[in-house]
Amino acid sequence: MIRLAHALFALWFSLSPAVAQEASAEATAQFGTGATPFIIRSTTDIEIFAPALKAFAESAPDLAITYEQWGSNALHATASDACDGRKASSDVVFSSAVHLMVSLVNRACARPYVSESTRALPPSRRWRDEIWGVTQEPAVMIYNTQHIAPEDVPQSRFDLLDLLRDDPNRMRARVATYDIEASGLGYLFAYIDSLEATTFGSLLEGLARSEAVATCCSAEIIDGVSRGDYLIAYNVLGSYVQNAAPANVGVILPDDYTLFLSRGYMIPKGARNPGAAERFLDFLLSDRGKSILVSVGLNFSTSPEEQNVIQSARRSIPLAPPLLVALDQSTERQFFERWNDAFSVAPVP
Amino acid sequence: MTETNAPSLLARLLAGLVVILGTGAVIAALFAWFNGRAASWEAYDRLLLGAATDIAESIRVSDGGPIVVLPTSAFELLAQAPDDRVTYAVRGLDGALITGHADAPKPDRDRSRDGVFFDGQMRGEDARFVDVVRRFSEREFSGAVHVTVGQTTIARRALAVDLTLNALLPLAIAGAALILISVFVVRSAVRPLDQIAQDMAGRDPYDLTPVSTEGLPREIAVIVTATNGFMGRLDRQFSAMQSLISDTAHQLRTPVAAIRAQAETAIEETDPAERERLLDRLARRTRSLGTLLDQMLSRALVVHRTDSVAREKVDLRQIALEIVESRDHDVLTPGVEVELVIGEREVMIAGDEFSLVQAGKNLLSNALKHGKPPLRIGVSEEGGRALLWVEDAGPGIAPELLSRAGERFQRSSASREDSVGLGLSIVTAVADAFDGDIVTSRDGGRFRIALALPKLREETS
Repeated sequence: MIRLAHALFALWFSLSPAVAQEASAEATAQFGTGATPFIIRSTTDIEIFAPALKAFAESAPDLAITYEQWGSNALHATASDACDGRKASSDVVFSSAVHLMVSLVNRACARPYVSESTRALPPSRRWRDEIWGVTQEPAVMIYNTQHIAPEDVPQSRFDLLDLLRDDPNRMRARVATYDIEASGLGYLFAYIDSLEATTFGSLLEGLARSEAVATCCSAEIIDGVSRGDYLIAYNVLGSYVQNAAPANVGVILPDDYTLFLSRGYMIPKGARNPGAAERFLDFLLSDRGKSILVSVGLNFSTSPEEQNVIQSARRSIPLAPPLLVALDQSTERQFFERWNDAFSVAPVP
Repeated sequence: MTETNAPSLLARLLAGLVVILGTGAVIAALFAWFNGRAASWEAYDRLLLGAATDIAESIRVSDGGPIVVLPTSAFELLAQAPDDRVTYAVRGLDGALITGHADAPKPDRDRSRDGVFFDGQMRGEDARFVDVVRRFSEREFSGAVHVTVGQTTIARRALAVDLTLNALLPLAIAGAALILISVFVVRSAVRPLDQIAQDMAGRDPYDLTPVSTEGLPREIAVIVTATNGFMGRLDRQFSAMQSLISDTAHQLRTPVAAIRAQAETAIEETDPAERERLLDRLARRTRSLGTLLDQMLSRALVVHRTDSVAREKVDLRQIALEIVESRDHDVLTPGVEVELVIGEREVMIAGDEFSLVQAGKNLLSNALKHGKPPLRIGVSEEGGRALLWVEDAGPGIAPELLSRAGERFQRSSASREDSVGLGLSIVTAVADAFDGDIVTSRDGGRFRIALALPKLREETS
């Protein structure tokens, strides 16, 4: 029965160009003019990642690099299909939805690789030598510098809660965060928040009470804050803010704790050019690669005096099996219910 | 030193030791592996059970069905095996999946028992699973919920290997130490052999003195003592040969010179009567020279035999009988009768028949030549000793001559070709060889000289 449905779906899928569009790359770019094809599927925007790709293409003239930009859930689906042999595999899967990546590795979809540079990674940034955390990007709060006075700028989640509680009318519908059902990254951040601290419950309540806006995309949130539509946005990926370089936007690394995400780099089992994938990984982990990632904001760097503060509050999201819990159907359903419950009980003005 | 192809003691011992240690190592390795594997499996089974129990305890019943609030702690527990993949499934009534991975296997055994462990595969990799049951009897939901948690076995195997190596390392060190120590021990044990070999190699060719057994291990001392015995025999034979040669030269010089002189005189003698007399004397001289040679050879033979021929049981009466029956005395002193005095019972001793006969003949011929008839030869027992004796009515042998009988020759009487001394020295040599001695006694004008030998105990048979 299920198989029949599957077949019917596949038939409809192939006949429907609109759906086909959805389940494929959002954008594609070519780098290098070599003979050997090298396919990277990633969730990172082409514009952000282009400097790294260009630099690598120069050092690897034998490769014809195809960079495909995907949505995180679509990327997971296609990588999963490739793992089961239903689709052609790419040579690299590079995604910010690390819980999905860990799930792929747990399903034995990845190919191991060890080199000096991968060994140098801390244990939280590699698992089974099959997935590596290449970047370091903080989840930050941003605010509009025009509308929030410097003394009111919340430095932690507690400050944010106080702000929401003290001035509900001013903040109403002017706080933004990711829609966790639409954004894999938003869900991951929210889920880790729920594990990390008890503030999550009250934060959820506070956000709901102030009718926080849950939206899908980083760009939308950042633009909104820049324009002043939103005063504050919670859990925005710092690298996007840095790249967008919007006007009137201040960035806060919460000093109770700051989540750090390392995008997962994986070489699929079915990769046709795993050698190139290994070279690219070593390139990204090399000093040159790191400095490029820093320049495009994917490797967060702080000034030395800030370093200590950041270190103590720094919470890396470890690439490890506990992330599988985030993927658990039952957990996810309950988490969504809790989220929606909180937002639905919010008083409507 | 000759090189041999046979393996050295050290090599043999080491080969044996290596075989023993090798066998021991294989057995120890198997045991260590089984133990290590069991320990590692138990340790990680507990983690697995802990994770499954964690999940089982997080199940609650709400809205008419079981709801799983998956605890991260369960996965943190599983992450103790950092490189292992995990799978889990929570199944309700009829095995319907509540949450988790649909491909997590169900145990093939009885699922009613709690905490069932089983082995299986996880996408081509060996894996270990546990199944835990949580039972509900609520108004809304009644029945069993099964929690299956599985994990690949990388960490288990790594720990098992670790434990095995940890157990084997001291054994390996002990084995190496054992081999080293045994090399040292064997070296020091065979070092005396080297010393003996050097001692032997450095010796004068005629040096047959015993090698010292002091400080030698008992096993080696046995060989050295045997060698010393052998060298002693060699030494005696060697000196017997030497003395035979020097005695022969010494003894023959005078008679041969006398014979030559008489022969030359006889050649020059023109008077036929006188020449006849000289030739007659020459013939007698030559005869007695022959006797002397016989005696010297028989003494050499006796000395040789006492060393080289094994002793056997001999009846002394038989010896006495043989001496009388050979009728040598008829040649020496025709007409003198020799009386044989032997008893009914056999008189057994250990010795060499030939040597004993020679000794007896010498005693008898001495008596014939120097004593006075009537002559008697006999065998008797006296104080546990067996005596082969000869009696005559003469004055007997001077005590000082007897006391020197052990020496090879009595130079004082050496001028006489048919001396008593040579005959007595044969008797003395036989007595020495068979742990006996020479006994003389005088009884009412009769002189008795006897070869006294230890009597063999009569066998009970």
